[in-house]
Amino acid sequence: MKPMLEKNAAITGLGQSEVGRRLYADPLALTLDACLAAISDAGLRREDIDGLATYPGAGFGNGGFSGAGISDVQEALRLELDWFCGGPETSGQLGSVINACLAVAAGMANHVLCFRTVFESSAQGAGRRAGIGAGAGPGFRASGFMQWTLPFGAASAANWIAMFAQRHFHEYGTTREQLAWIALNARRNAALNPKAIFREPLTLADYLSARMISTPFCLYDCDVPVDGSTAIVVSRAELARDLRKPLVRVEAVGSALHGRPSWDQFDDLTTMALRDASSMLWQRTELRPADVDVAELYDGFSFIALAWLEALGFCKKGEGGPFVAGGARISLAGEIPLNTHGGQLSAGRLHGYGFLHEAVVQLRGEAGARQVPGSPEVALAAAGGGPLGGCLLLTRA
Amino acid sequence: MSEKLSRILPEITPANEHFWHGGARGELSFLRCRPCGEWIHPPSPVCPRCLAKDIAVAAVSGRARVLTFTVNHQPWIPGFPPPYVIAIVELPEQAGLRLTTNIVGCRPEDVRIDMAVRVVFEQHDAVYLPLFEPEERA
Repeated sequence: MKPMLEKNAAITGLGQSEVGRRLYADPLALTLDACLAAISDAGLRREDIDGLATYPGAGFGNGGFSGAGISDVQEALRLELDWFCGGPETSGQLGSVINACLAVAAGMANHVLCFRTVFESSAQGAGRRAGIGAGAGPGFRASGFMQWTLPFGAASAANWIAMFAQRHFHEYGTTREQLAWIALNARRNAALNPKAIFREPLTLADYLSARMISTPFCLYDCDVPVDGSTAIVVSRAELARDLRKPLVRVEAVGSALHGRPSWDQFDDLTTMALRDASSMLWQRTELRPADVDVAELYDGFSFIALAWLEALGFCKKGEGGPFVAGGARISLAGEIPLNTHGGQLSAGRLHGYGFLHEAVVQLRGEAGARQVPGSPEVALAAAGGGPLGGCLLLTRA
Repeated sequence: MSEKLSRILPEITPANEHFWHGGARGELSFLRCRPCGEWIHPPSPVCPRCLAKDIAVAAVSGRARVLTFTVNHQPWIPGFPPPYVIAIVELPEQAGLRLTTNIVGCRPEDVRIDMAVRVVFEQHDAVYLPLFEPEERA
């Protein structure tokens, strides 16, 4: 049996800045709002934080993709760090949190502050975001992976993920009427979340008549760029017992990527890296999908959440469409409540960390009007699409 | 997409030159491992199958089949207006030998998965972008 050090990690603190469209706020200020809130929520002092982790780190991407890096936060809070790690080359956005779990379990740090900040809405408002790498001006040449996509106008993950969805439609008969329920369910839950961006009702007719972005995706299949920061404190479980909030433990993580690390060369075009991360997670726990009370699964595009549902075994491969159709099974009172805060589709693109935040909120019973009934004890948080994928299984101790 | 669009072009390097310049000879070219015959894309200095470093440039037939596609309706790039069809095509020379490309020469609504296509090059100075059109015109 492999050692499973992540079981010695716990989520002890949650913090989130104001989240909104066009805030035009200093992204570092948003980051520090979230970080200080998380430290306080854990019942810790700034001096207790001896580790930092983030995705994707400073200076990666453009258009508001990265609001702050490790050095920014260490400097601002004058932290004395024993361990830190920030960067994009990990198992998706939550790979940074998985790293933090291992750091505390290995005794490299006691309390790791993890954060993710975006200001894509304000950047878009300032005219700085179109497709990835697009709008860079005359003379710009595509390099690295982008050389294989940008010359063909495949400028956005909307295009790349749409091609996975199209292949899924082809192989399994999945339809837009089925896929719609990922978006409709998110909107239904967002109506109960005061911090969500889009809270007005959305109907199947609205969805089907929306303008197309990249077939089979319409506007409502794509998440909404926002400004905001989410922070999470990961502590070694033995140090977490006396902290303020109910203890949430990490039961298992999934970080695997066995297929090719590419948006267009991955072997199976109906699933993505999340297949491998999901498979690994279930090899590290005796819990089963039927034990999970709530699932917060990345929906940067609607199809990604459907692919996570299949990969994690909430339904069989290829049966995601019929599984979500009608929205009953994935509703707050359903067999697997999904994206209870509204997901990125309706609550805003906090880029992965929003799902983990909501999973912990639900396990603590702090979700207010959107609280899953029956005092959930086991939650799944998962983030990433394409070649990115990482997931955590959490339990209330 | 008959008239030439304002595309973002690739940065040419010694590692990718064979691919982006191959159209000048009318050839779609890839790296290929001499000892084991594996086609290698994107380019790499080591064969991913047998780990040999004895690698050469070779041309393929230019035929392919559509694995998946999307009709893009969103304007992402100035001078490159939608709608246009983005596809991943697979070449018959090897399972998994794939490219992201555009399907041209037919209406977007006529593109289908498994459709047979063949390469057609669109020249931008020294760069020849491999696009694909239906093998049989509808």
